[in-house]
Amino acid sequence: MSLAIARVSMPAEARRGAVIDIKAIIRHPMETGYRPDSMGRRIPRHIIEQFWVTYGGTEVFGMDLTQGVAANPFFAFSILATETAELVFTWRDDRGEVFTVTKHLTVTE
Amino acid sequence: MTTRRGAIIATLGVSVFGLPRATIATPQMRDEAIAAITSGAPVGDGRVTLTIPGIAENGLSVYTTVAVDSPMTAADHVRAIHIIAEQNPIARLVTFRLGPRAGAAKVSTNIRLAASQHVTALAELSDGSFWRDAKPVVVTLAACVDGG
Repeated sequence: MSLAIARVSMPAEARRGAVIDIKAIIRHPMETGYRPDSMGRRIPRHIIEQFWVTYGGTEVFGMDLTQGVAANPFFAFSILATETAELVFTWRDDRGEVFTVTKHLTVTE
Repeated sequence: MTTRRGAIIATLGVSVFGLPRATIATPQMRDEAIAAITSGAPVGDGRVTLTIPGIAENGLSVYTTVAVDSPMTAADHVRAIHIIAEQNPIARLVTFRLGPRAGAAKVSTNIRLAASQHVTALAELSDGSFWRDAKPVVVTLAACVDGG
């Protein structure tokens, strides 16, 4: 239903113990709830509230967001490559909509 | 007496900023937000490096990076990084939750700034200590004005 598009940039392969850089972006208005529309009515708040990353089923990184984060929120962070497994990136907004991106990381010795 | 000029100013006071001026955070609200995170524990200066433009032409999106000097091991790591404003409608803008599996304590995102102000990065370490860095930012086009 949503037009939101989420993208994650990360390497597909890393050596065990390497720190990999990850960039994640999602298309989302991050409407603050402060702006009036053309009729002077307040536009309701609509923001991504949470973002988290699981690696092999374990949460390894997370964020709590507010309307203080810009529209189309972009995050850069890192993860320690420990095992060959799936990384699942999940965004949840304040209307209960959930967006996920799954990436596979191959870890070499 | 209501003058035309007074009515225009009164209207501007709300619509130009998109919200009543009273809801803009103050340095006191920043300190309260920090105290809510630290439960009153002392906050040291250092170990945290906040990288943010000194002049932000567009307050709607200000690229901000926070790095913390930490080995990020199971015994010694950063638990959380908070970015806190003093002149925004809300003080705590974003919280990053980290652990040893993050590998490094360096995070970036784009924040909104409603006015020129000091921005604070606050790090919470696994030993229970808190560290911060603060930088002044001059905002040319503020967020929260019409179109923001």
